[in-house]
Amino acid sequence: MEYLNILSNELYKIASVIIPVLVSVALIVWLDRRIWGAVQKRKGPNVVGPFGLLQTVADALKYIFKEIIIPASSNKVIFVLAPVVTMTLALLAWAVIPFDNELVLADINVGILYLFAVSSLGVYGIIMGGWASNSKYPFLGAIRSAAQMVSYEVSIGIIIINVLLCVGSLNLIDIVNAQKNLWFVVPLFPMFVVFFISALAETNRPPFDLPEAEAELVSGYQTEYSGMMYAMFWLGEYANILLMCAMGAILFLGGWLPPLDIFPFNAVPGPLWMISKILFIFFLFALVKAIVPRYRYDQLMRLGWKILLPFSLFYVVLTASYLFYFDKLPVRAF
Amino acid sequence: MKISRFLKTIFLLEFVSGLLLATREIFRPKKTINYPHEKGSLSPRFRGEHALRRYPSGEERCIACKLCEAVCPAQAITIESTERDDGSRKTTRYDIDMLKCIYCGLCQESCPVEAIVQGPNFEFSTETREELYYNKEKLMDNGDRWEDVLAKNIRLDKPYR
Repeated sequence: MEYLNILSNELYKIASVIIPVLVSVALIVWLDRRIWGAVQKRKGPNVVGPFGLLQTVADALKYIFKEIIIPASSNKVIFVLAPVVTMTLALLAWAVIPFDNELVLADINVGILYLFAVSSLGVYGIIMGGWASNSKYPFLGAIRSAAQMVSYEVSIGIIIINVLLCVGSLNLIDIVNAQKNLWFVVPLFPMFVVFFISALAETNRPPFDLPEAEAELVSGYQTEYSGMMYAMFWLGEYANILLMCAMGAILFLGGWLPPLDIFPFNAVPGPLWMISKILFIFFLFALVKAIVPRYRYDQLMRLGWKILLPFSLFYVVLTASYLFYFDKLPVRAF
Repeated sequence: MKISRFLKTIFLLEFVSGLLLATREIFRPKKTINYPHEKGSLSPRFRGEHALRRYPSGEERCIACKLCEAVCPAQAITIESTERDDGSRKTTRYDIDMLKCIYCGLCQESCPVEAIVQGPNFEFSTETREELYYNKEKLMDNGDRWEDVLAKNIRLDKPYR
């Protein structure tokens, strides 16, 4: 009985994170399409529900009623598992995202490490999907995607080291509270830009959407998927994008902290600041989708390995030297 | 020159100006309309669904000269005619295969009595192919239904023909 109580309590807590995330993923898809349309002077989806807000729900319903086609030559177990893995991993990471000082599902000490690990695992869903389809376009798309995500993960890791040097803790709440006086976006602005670019590449957003380049690869690793399985890939992708936005808000934009700790700002509750910061970064994501053409694959690799990685490494040295020289290191181990 | 280009690249200037431009474009008026609820304006010369017109007296205009049948590049028109009791030549059959039609408007231009015209209606999709084999009855019906607009369009376009 006691176990049941604990279980139901935990399930309640988990549902209170997962359901808002799923709803906001649906809204973010709508927002993405609206912004994309607005930049191109189109109206975008505005028919289903007020302002078209329910468009994604309508699309999801449509996908539920579509037939799921499993190719005869595919590896069926992995084929079915792939979208589930993508979706699960995208939602798993939300466990450690704090929305306020107390408002977090799992306040673990190595929060940022967990976040980084889970978002890195996301590539498995794509590789499994591409490989299990047993078809040329998904396979090529999956290979591209894997290479791309691994490349940009390296520079994201080094960017995170920059932030951690200034904080001295891996706990996400500590990271946010360390920005009380100054958001990290100010001293680490170049790193914020590099993080933004890497996050675009990490989530396969344009201009780095090579894994699903329609012109050459039909739609990459998703080509053989249909119905609800396709929708799960799609939702997982957007949940990942939202996660990257949340990560950017926590690492650089001071999470739930108001920009200035004076009256009109600090009256607004913290979670609202957090959400508005996530939305701001997502707005940039959506704008970028509308204005830039797709990179060529060798340019993508060159940018990742030859420019962003050395630059962020250089910045790590710079940050570390500065902190050490002016004796501002938050934790002294020696 | 090279240094300025280098600085431009490093500080992502082109990218930032692109972002600003995109942000500005968001607030500009939209070029698209809510189609089934709002409709764009059509030229009086618009070539849509066909119609056979009547004189104000109610007499049908078509004299079965078969010029339209002859000029039709897609050979979509089929006409059969007979002599009526009052001695005038009238059609007994006037079929247009709307699937063959290329909407070139030559039938309308060849018609000496402005009987066959192409109206402003372009929303006549059907669920079966058979419904798009128009016969005389259907074309006359179109003419009666759209007469006001057809007459107005012909009047507006007259100076340019």
